[in-house]
Amino acid sequence: MKQTISVLVENQAGVLNRITSLFSRRAFNIDSLAVGVTDDPTLSRITIIVDNGNSVVEQVEKQLNKLVEVIKVRTLDENSLIGRELMIIKVSANKSSREHIMTICSICGAKVADISPTSMTLELSDTPDRVSTFEDMMRPFNILEVARTGVIALQKGGGKI
Amino acid sequence: MKIRATAAIMECLLEQEVDTIFGYPGGTILNLYDELYRYQDRIRHVLTAHEQGAAHAADGYARSTGRVGVCFATSGPGATNLTTGIATAHLDSSPVVFITCNVGESLLGKDSFQEVDTTGIAMPITKATYLVRDPQTIPDVMRQAFAVAATGRPGPVLIDFLKNVTAPDVMIDYEFVPWNQNRACSSIQALASSHALKAPEPDQGDIDTLVDMIAQSERPLLICGGGVVRGKADQVFRKFAEKLDAPVAITVMGGGGFPGSHPLTTGMIGMHGSQASNVACAECDLLIAVGCRFSDRVALDPATFASQAKVVQIDIDRAEIDKNVLTDHHIIGSAKRVLTLLNEKMPQYDHTAWKEHILPMRAPSVAEDSPKLTPQQVLEVIRLQAPHDTIVATDVGQHQMWSIKYLHFDYPGQLLTSGGFGTMGFGLGAAIGAQMGNPDKRVVHVTGDGCFRMNCHELCTVEHYGLPIITVIFNNGTLGMVRQWQSLIYGKRYSETTLDRGPDFVKLAEAYGLKGFRVTDRAEMETAFAQALACGSGAVIDCVLDIDEMVRPMVAAGSPITDFLLKEGSK
Repeated sequence: MKQTISVLVENQAGVLNRITSLFSRRAFNIDSLAVGVTDDPTLSRITIIVDNGNSVVEQVEKQLNKLVEVIKVRTLDENSLIGRELMIIKVSANKSSREHIMTICSICGAKVADISPTSMTLELSDTPDRVSTFEDMMRPFNILEVARTGVIALQKGGGKI
Repeated sequence: MKIRATAAIMECLLEQEVDTIFGYPGGTILNLYDELYRYQDRIRHVLTAHEQGAAHAADGYARSTGRVGVCFATSGPGATNLTTGIATAHLDSSPVVFITCNVGESLLGKDSFQEVDTTGIAMPITKATYLVRDPQTIPDVMRQAFAVAATGRPGPVLIDFLKNVTAPDVMIDYEFVPWNQNRACSSIQALASSHALKAPEPDQGDIDTLVDMIAQSERPLLICGGGVVRGKADQVFRKFAEKLDAPVAITVMGGGGFPGSHPLTTGMIGMHGSQASNVACAECDLLIAVGCRFSDRVALDPATFASQAKVVQIDIDRAEIDKNVLTDHHIIGSAKRVLTLLNEKMPQYDHTAWKEHILPMRAPSVAEDSPKLTPQQVLEVIRLQAPHDTIVATDVGQHQMWSIKYLHFDYPGQLLTSGGFGTMGFGLGAAIGAQMGNPDKRVVHVTGDGCFRMNCHELCTVEHYGLPIITVIFNNGTLGMVRQWQSLIYGKRYSETTLDRGPDFVKLAEAYGLKGFRVTDRAEMETAFAQALACGSGAVIDCVLDIDEMVRPMVAAGSPITDFLLKEGSK
């Protein structure tokens, strides 16, 4: 089962290295990882998705908690989290296919970021599932390039970790 | 007050009451050594032959004194030579602060002379690493490093100063704050708010649950792990064991946590565990492991480990719970605190029937007569002749297992051994550190011929500082433990384990200005050891042993704990 771990860390050089090296040393697999600074410029939030058993997630959480640079670790409840991923996808497009692509974009809520005589570049921010669905829908049009950010997530409601 | 940045580093060491450091100078750390020259009346520096020796010495100092060890080295090869020592300290939770310097900011990242990413290399083998680029952060970093190394589950910390940070003209604001008051410093407070810098307070409910479990148990077994030693919980552990009236098995790292001569001791547990310990583990109905992480050398086969028992783990490190063996109950906290609470709530038990079943399985501890010198005879001579509080530092392999089996360790810090990382060459450095930290105690270094060859150059340190360390070499002309596996598991194909080569260890000792002895039977060993004890300087005793001596009993890696490949005492 996929689980989302949210980690608040000191915003310093080398911290990301320490976290990822912990994953490789303990042979934990990372599905996705996203990092960015928070409202407090001294802190960064790392959102990590792992697809392992419960005992592994528990170990990850405990080991992360031991790192001096880690301020807080929380495994988010899958039923009450807002998780979003940004995808930028470039597909082949010409006069005849452009309209089909636009229809799918409006169904999925994707935006056109760039256009050229032979291609379209689209962006979509949504749950990873829906982002993947959109990617599947684009496949028949010949995907040229894809970039995905990995998921960032927060818990619903007024609380914070 | 403005002072030189390097002086602030020295003052921060004095804040922590550091009076001894081990190390080796070099290009980038010159500024620090220049400052040390001014502080030489207050901080004693021990110069080793090699940075690895300095790292092991700082580690041995920490293990034997319970204080934080300190080790200096320069950038590049100086720092990489430390790494085996850092990892050794890390695996055995020994508090050491390693201080290295790196090239200056303008040369950083340019593959400059003797440049390496020291903090990057040290990351997975330390509790924390600090790269200091801003001199103003020196006091914060130093105080935080010592706090992190010493509190909770102890461990090594590395600080890497850029050379420009230590330049003689760099001045910083500094105020002397004794270590027991510096917890008020802002950086430590920030750290303390996110990480419990003191040990977590045990949960009362968890304590009560264990008290109930104990009340229902008829066949309890206690395991004394390294946490009892590091937490100096030996007295409360002993009281707990006596109240519980249960057999006590001791892990390699637990040596010294419970008296080796105590009537409840069943000796080592695990791969070379005694029959009494391993059978007790298989048959007990309640297993209480204190400060023990169930390594693969103890819980050889996690699936069958203590399969009839409810397993209870007491540990200061939450991450150790359920990591290797799934437990039925656990208590988070320092061994001392948890056991004190348990002792208050627990009545006196009587498990005579269970003890009468387990304790008679213990092997007799008297060495048999033999015309050829045996490992047990060597250790018996040491046990009988050396003072009872003698500190023993070992290397790794057969001699290590025999030492733990046949010598008795009665207090934390009496046995210095690389249990987790299994570092050959650890012993002599550790012995030097222990002797520096315990000038009134006798220090004996037990080693094998393979291990001794790795770091025997530290004999020059023994001689230079006039340390009366006695090195006892179990010289069987082979890499004994590996040969034992080859004999039992690899069809006697002795691939590259025969050490039929020099040097002559007696002449080597003499070349370093120390006394050298060679012994081939018990009587010679008795004479040589007595002379070594009396000679006032360091000594090396080369004990000639049979190449096919084996450590008994033995359970193969990954096997159920009572599937003995070799039985106790059988030939």
